[in-house]
Amino acid sequence: ASTLLYVEHSGDGTVAPATLSAAEAAKHLPGQLEALVCGSGDAVKRAAEAAARLPGVSKVWLASDSALTHPLAETHAKLLSSLATKQKPSHVLAASTAQGRNVLPRAAALLATQPVTDVVRIVDDNTFVRPIYAGNAFATVQFKSPPAVRVVTVRPTAFPVDPTAAAAAGAPGGSGSPAPVEPVPPELLAPLSSVPAAKWESADVRSTGRPELGSAKVVVCGGRALKSAENFAMLEQLADLLGGAVGASRAAVDAGYVANDLQVGQTGKVVAPDLYIGVGISGAIQHLAGMKDSRTIVAINNDGEAPIFSVADYGLEADLFKAVPELIEAVKKVKQ
Amino acid sequence: MKVLVAVKRVIDYAVPVRVRPDKAGVEALLPKLSMNPFCEIALEEAVRLKEKGVASEVVAVSVGPQHFQDTLRTALAMGADRAVHVPLAADTFAAAGAGGAAGAGGPPAASESPLQPLGVARVLAALAGREGAGLVLLGKQAIDDDCNQTGQMLAGLLGWPQATFASRLELDKGAAAARVTREVDGGLEVLSLPLPAVITADLRLNTPRFVTLPAMMRAKKRPIESAPLEGLGLAPHDVAPALAVIGVEEPPTRAAGTRVGSVEELVRRLREEARVL
Repeated sequence: ASTLLYVEHSGDGTVAPATLSAAEAAKHLPGQLEALVCGSGDAVKRAAEAAARLPGVSKVWLASDSALTHPLAETHAKLLSSLATKQKPSHVLAASTAQGRNVLPRAAALLATQPVTDVVRIVDDNTFVRPIYAGNAFATVQFKSPPAVRVVTVRPTAFPVDPTAAAAAGAPGGSGSPAPVEPVPPELLAPLSSVPAAKWESADVRSTGRPELGSAKVVVCGGRALKSAENFAMLEQLADLLGGAVGASRAAVDAGYVANDLQVGQTGKVVAPDLYIGVGISGAIQHLAGMKDSRTIVAINNDGEAPIFSVADYGLEADLFKAVPELIEAVKKVKQ
Repeated sequence: MKVLVAVKRVIDYAVPVRVRPDKAGVEALLPKLSMNPFCEIALEEAVRLKEKGVASEVVAVSVGPQHFQDTLRTALAMGADRAVHVPLAADTFAAAGAGGAAGAGGPPAASESPLQPLGVARVLAALAGREGAGLVLLGKQAIDDDCNQTGQMLAGLLGWPQATFASRLELDKGAAAARVTREVDGGLEVLSLPLPAVITADLRLNTPRFVTLPAMMRAKKRPIESAPLEGLGLAPHDVAPALAVIGVEEPPTRAAGTRVGSVEELVRRLREEARVL
């Protein structure tokens, strides 16, 4: 038994934090852990070197080809499945990020196997727990007969990473000796140029200076009660003071106050920060599903009956337009 | 260009569900089933392509038990030109065991079909071939099993390019490629997608139209084509689920905490008790 980990990396050669969580999840699977890093040029080489220091990784496969420059599902899934066919790992693993969710099911189809996505607990080789109905229930699924390869994506927040291990990974000169890096056989790269694939045009990854919603330690979420897009500036100020990200309920997104990619919940992002502050959020099931694993939950709402109070560690029944400015001032004092 | 859209029937998103006492699945607290919201968005986009003259025909397809035909009627009412139902024999469902067997006369709450995405993708791949579809539009995921796999697997089986989590689709009549804006972590990505291709819809792609009662009444009179597996060159084992659901649990409940009287008290307790400030 062995696991092949599909590594996600940014253009600057660092391994995505979500991949560290996937490496953490791999500890629950038997056998050796090998990593696959796909890309081209210097970026992929640096990412492979960083991946070689991921905890538990015994070998890194480096796939460098111009067809792999952008994380297109067509070429990445093709390479991943052909390496899996050659190496015969018992598990192919990735984080359940936008990229992992795009690539792994396609690779599974090429391997003619049913994948298991968004896993929150690995029970054994063949048995996994995953949320269904937006986290309103957790299903334990098991392969009826063990397949040749199990393609699995894991929810990063369910496999938190030891911060010291995270610091070592990706940092040159980190502790321990890095795993060997080996290029994938050239015959696996050759077919990539003829795979019918989308052409990557552009990316607009927002750089607000705030941490990414899915991995932020603090998340400040606003609901429809904010009443306007302008009023969200208040939450941005609070989030910035706390070094956190801003999120929103579906109601606030539907009302057009913020973009859809800030949505926390069933159809948006699942967050599990150390501190979640819900402002003017009633706590619809769809939203609760996306934030109830947060360590400390604060709710500020003028409706004392709002369902969010039933999951909040600290509930403040107050007018948000008074409470939030007060909170901003109080946090400023604390941070001084 | 023919556009194929797959639609799934699920427990309505507004209906609360709870884990069944026997832990074999979930049950809806109200017997209301609807088209999966993401499928609805995919279908809306296809109908808009038809209205713009880009699509020549919109074919809606659903794979599952007899009652899925109700969702196909909704698809016709929304503007699909044809509806194709791929029925599965009752024993396919009975054999699946846990997960809500939806046999004849079964409770409407049991919307979960034991079909899994690989099986559905195989059926859709066969239909895309039969229909000569130039584009397949799907929802990014179903809100019951939350798998988020079928579109990607279909594209893989067909060897077609894919654009998942689409929030914008630009496609001109007769164009060889579509321009798709996708939602990725932290932002957006734009792809030029050569056709034929598979696109999966995210929430922001459009707002589906409201289905009027007269349209629904007209749809009730229209035929729904039945396309059994054998006719598509598939055997029951091609769609047999690989995974068994061996148990369904409630999520861990979170005890309600305390109310605080003021911002000052909140900040103090966040510092002293929770130690998060």
